[in-house]
Amino acid sequence: MNFKNKKIVPYLLVLPYIIYFLMFVAYPVIFSVILTFNKWNIISPMQYAGLTNYIHLIHDEFFLKSLGNTLIFLAIHIPLQIIIALFLAEMLNQKIKFRGFFRAAFFLPVIVSGVVVTILWQQLYGFDTGLLNRVLTAVGIGRIGWLIDPSWAMPSIAIMATWKNVGLYIILFMVGLQTVPQNYYEAADLEGATHWQKFRSITLPMINPTIFMVVVLSTIGGFSLFIEPYIMTGGGPLNSTLSAVLYIYKQGFFYYHMGYSATLGLFFALLILGVVMIQKKFIEKEK
Amino acid sequence: MKRILFYIFLAAGAVVFLYPFIWMLLASLSPENQIGNLTFLPTSLTLSSYKQMLGKIPITRSFLNSLFVSSAVTAGVLVFGSMVGYALSRLEFKGRDLIFYVIIFTMTLPFQITLIPQYILMVKFGWVDTYWALIVPYLMNALGIILFRQYFKSIPQDLIDAARIDGCGDIRIIFRILWPNSIPSLITVGILTFMTSWNDVLWPLIVIRNDKLMTMPQLVTLFAVGGAAESQLGVKLAAATLLALPIVIAYLFFQKYFIQSMASSGIKE
Repeated sequence: MNFKNKKIVPYLLVLPYIIYFLMFVAYPVIFSVILTFNKWNIISPMQYAGLTNYIHLIHDEFFLKSLGNTLIFLAIHIPLQIIIALFLAEMLNQKIKFRGFFRAAFFLPVIVSGVVVTILWQQLYGFDTGLLNRVLTAVGIGRIGWLIDPSWAMPSIAIMATWKNVGLYIILFMVGLQTVPQNYYEAADLEGATHWQKFRSITLPMINPTIFMVVVLSTIGGFSLFIEPYIMTGGGPLNSTLSAVLYIYKQGFFYYHMGYSATLGLFFALLILGVVMIQKKFIEKEK
Repeated sequence: MKRILFYIFLAAGAVVFLYPFIWMLLASLSPENQIGNLTFLPTSLTLSSYKQMLGKIPITRSFLNSLFVSSAVTAGVLVFGSMVGYALSRLEFKGRDLIFYVIIFTMTLPFQITLIPQYILMVKFGWVDTYWALIVPYLMNALGIILFRQYFKSIPQDLIDAARIDGCGDIRIIFRILWPNSIPSLITVGILTFMTSWNDVLWPLIVIRNDKLMTMPQLVTLFAVGGAAESQLGVKLAAATLLALPIVIAYLFFQKYFIQSMASSGIKE
């Protein structure tokens, strides 16, 4: 191969990616910004609309509702996920039998499609004959309106999402916990530290990066929630499970408000980036 | 004593994660009117839910669609990902770092922003209701490139030099020298890509309306949501069970790889 060829080869290798990037990343991002200043139903020509979409966004109660719902989801999902995953990871890191079996069992919901999990939990959450309510009735607690009570619907989805994802975070915490040097604990033992003290001042700071990762991935997951409310509730009851992506989807593909839907998408994307950056600052400070 | 409590707790955990799936399987095999009472053991087993479901939706066809789409996407990500990963890790050229930073940037870009414009792109290309719409936008991804870049960096230079002396070009180096030495990363990227593609529902719902072209999770979703299931629990659960089956079977055989792959997607950096 001659010298001249050698210089072109790297560019030929990355060329498909550059085309891909321009077409499916750069162009859509730029076009989405343009769309936010327009009204368009795809069929008739695009109409310049100035800041109408942005003004509408601020006053849109459904948008605020979907934002609030996402925050409710995150407020339940993130702490629940971290506590359960940390607890089970700590247990699995002990010298135990059947570790492989337990790990595989906790991980199973992670690999199964969200569609399967949602259809299954819709039955488990059923009001009259759902498995959960039958168990609760049997132990004397009585029925809960998991998916039909507006104040329960989003928490129910958050619980289901925790059940589905926690296996992944157990694995990540298991890896994180193994990076903590054993002699730190031994030194603490000599000074008579309690379990809680050791956890607070050794374990927690050491697994901070893992916690950050779990918080970020869960946050992105919360803002990406779609198939769960789509199948289970359609966003109801009383819009209590209307999620960010479900609302983008409805505006775009139900009402064909392409401009407004793009505005919602842009806003939620910036919000995700902003929230993740704040979380990063906050968790690094904790260190 | 403490030991026993420990195991009881773990076993209870395993039941919480496994039992719902077992219940789903049993419920899908129970007569419709008994699902509401099913807790542990079904009184009788029947395939009637499956027979009814098969008569209502083209689920076999959708399974083949999903298999085709996810395989094509995975092949694309492996081939293009290793080409770009190789260039970024093993070759010197102007703009290399810029491309790398662009790739990192795209990884942080939330999909919410590109969803609508990408759909419009599909409309303009005339790709709505074609396999192209399901495959082409996913032929490459940042994570695949980054994992390959990382992995190729760890391969000894001697191996590549020797191949060059034998007259190998870069393409042959990638697929004849690097690939056989990168089986773990091929498996990791492969499983990750295949699963993401297989489980995606939002995009197919947007670009496919013809039920002959629908992916399996999409078809099952629309079946569960729409009127076709006629609010029968059994047929929905039968559809969900069939949807879970391929991945669960693969998981039983390649469990270790699944866990490693998924964990590496979280670790990223």
